[in-house]
Amino acid sequence: MRLIIRGGTVVDPVRGRMYPSDILIDGERVAAVEKRVQARGARVLDAKGKLVLPGLFDMHVHLREPGQEYKETVATGTKAAMRGGFTAVAAMPNTAPVTDTPEVIRYVLEKARDAGYARVYPVGAITRGSRGDELSEMGALREAGAVAYSDDGRPVVSAAVMRRAMEYARMLGVPVISHCEDLTLAGGGVMHEGFTSTRLGLRGIPAAAEEVMVARDIILAELTGCHLHIAHVSTAGAVRLIREAKARGVRVTAEVTPHHFTLTEQAVEGFNTLAKVNPPLRTAADVAALREGLADGTIDVIATDHAPHAAHEKEAEFDAAAFGLVGLETAVGLVFTELVATGVLDIPAVAAKMSLNPARILGLPAGVIEPGAVADLTVIDPEATEIVDPASFASKGKNTPFGGYRLTGLPYATVVGGKVYIRDR
Amino acid sequence: MLTIAGLSRKQRERFFLGGKRLPSKHCLGLAALSAKEINEILENAVPMKQVISRDIKKVPALRGKTVVVLFYEPSTRTRVSFELAAKHLSADTVNVSASTSSVVKGESLVDTARTIKALGADLVVLRHPSAGAPHLLARLIDVPVINAGDGMHEHPTQALLDIFTLRERKGTLKGLKVVIIGDILHSRVARSNIWGLTKLGADVHLVAPPTLLPAGIERAGVTVHHRPEEALVDSDVVMVLRLQRERQRQGLIPGVREYARMYGLNAARLALARPDAVVMHPGPINRGVEIADDVADGSRAVITEQVTNGVAVRMSVLYLLTLGRGA
Repeated sequence: MRLIIRGGTVVDPVRGRMYPSDILIDGERVAAVEKRVQARGARVLDAKGKLVLPGLFDMHVHLREPGQEYKETVATGTKAAMRGGFTAVAAMPNTAPVTDTPEVIRYVLEKARDAGYARVYPVGAITRGSRGDELSEMGALREAGAVAYSDDGRPVVSAAVMRRAMEYARMLGVPVISHCEDLTLAGGGVMHEGFTSTRLGLRGIPAAAEEVMVARDIILAELTGCHLHIAHVSTAGAVRLIREAKARGVRVTAEVTPHHFTLTEQAVEGFNTLAKVNPPLRTAADVAALREGLADGTIDVIATDHAPHAAHEKEAEFDAAAFGLVGLETAVGLVFTELVATGVLDIPAVAAKMSLNPARILGLPAGVIEPGAVADLTVIDPEATEIVDPASFASKGKNTPFGGYRLTGLPYATVVGGKVYIRDR
Repeated sequence: MLTIAGLSRKQRERFFLGGKRLPSKHCLGLAALSAKEINEILENAVPMKQVISRDIKKVPALRGKTVVVLFYEPSTRTRVSFELAAKHLSADTVNVSASTSSVVKGESLVDTARTIKALGADLVVLRHPSAGAPHLLARLIDVPVINAGDGMHEHPTQALLDIFTLRERKGTLKGLKVVIIGDILHSRVARSNIWGLTKLGADVHLVAPPTLLPAGIERAGVTVHHRPEEALVDSDVVMVLRLQRERQRQGLIPGVREYARMYGLNAARLALARPDAVVMHPGPINRGVEIADDVADGSRAVITEQVTNGVAVRMSVLYLLTLGRGA
């Protein structure tokens, strides 16, 4: 089965350029990237006026399976990924049971194969049950297919445990992804601490709760030589700490979510539980710093922290509502509307932050379009516009604060191993 | 009493009670009410206070209406005050409190709201430990909701009764120096008073240690102090907040005894205020902690007046929110 992607603009994040070209795909791999490809009998995907990026890779997703299938399954989550333009996702281990054994890794991989949508790379837990005391069987998890370790959803409270985990992860050659939150400073807060939390009478999470932990983990990465990846950076102070650490040569990378570079604490007004997320939405100054961090390379990756929940978990008192929002199906639109249209990132930089860099961080041979590479591609229509309608999501989770938002620049087609998924428009 | 020929009894009562329907459907907080609406509620509390000073403390304004008083937190004075207010207006009241209802069986506020809606309540008064719970309820049911205190967010009727009491005592709020001392961080009473008092032109000063002040509160248009001595000078009103003893355990204050020494309102501190300054407290009082006995029981305290006015103000809110809604 051969496929020609005809007349698109190919985006090369490695050289930071774009050029018009056809792409010939033969089976699961790219066969040719040439100005004009001829192949008799090949299926043709017209990409005129569209951008062809190496397959987007969301390295921070909660697929909820096993254990919380009422929120999402591997099948619905990976379908949502494809609909959102992602060819691969890294699945966080806060499942039930926690992904702290090879069996759970294998289970998730099998579910992903059966579903046949986006690829899934499981992240193994740092500690057993993500309880923060004993290390998980990190070697066995790696062998089964874990691409990184994280206790995402909660911090590794003990600095000593984090140190040992980093030493092990370094030996195994995979990064530790840290959810940076000092729980004592977070103090059971439910939104950013500031005048808005004061006005709403909601307990606040100060920026320092994140920054204290970012600083600690940078110091531990320096001590151990481990590759530290900071998940969902949300504060200006964290951006500054990461920038300084990178300048010193510390092996640290970082990601930001579309909601953190788009929304502020104001989104919580009226006790909007759809904007309840951890880390919380911060201030306009933080949003500006996150965008600056993206532009200057301090922040390497855009990842969604896709966190699907059932309707009743959000339709509740603000204190009782679940943290998190779905991101897979709005990410591309938000990146193009909020970052490309405003000049924060050019399109090759988008391909770097959403494809090449996550692949490199997780040590996967992806993120480039060249002959011989696996045919994972994302075709984006930079002119297409939609009003976000959560009811149209493939994800089980409809919990987005972006319902009704007007987004321009949308995924048009997602190609995984040569298999084409055209977005329902 | 005024009688006007040609009007039905209900219309006469309306005429006597006066009042214009509020633009707001609910009373969720003073941050959301305009100064005009606040004044309308206060004006209307005047005839309500006359009603409760009568021999027969009843007008038929809310006859045939059902008011559900739904409390998820223990409270005596606020619950009883609302209940009396509704009864004086001839409404039928249903009390639901967390310990006796299916709330203990784990029924969520959302489900409770659906039940209340199905049972045909005309107005719901809600107290809840979570900020925003009344907003959630207001979204789920189509009858007016009165917030009787939600978490650290607001307690609008308490602030309204405080302001009503001040208007009675001082005539106008404009330019009054009001000092609020205590645990501002956890106080919904303080928050509602800050929004209400500043909207009506009062000069609001807060006094607390930094650990008991909420983030960014100076942006509310108030002056923040850490020492009561510097704030109390020339003040017209001193509002004292209750200090929960658990704040010491939470590490927010070094000790209750020290707090009493540094922040407690005693006669010496009160002497810094204007000679006609009044002392308020939303109750219940921790005598000897945030307020000294002699001050609490002294001639400048208006604490019992606050309780009486609470019923009048709540009658006004109940009445104005039901005006022109339904039969």
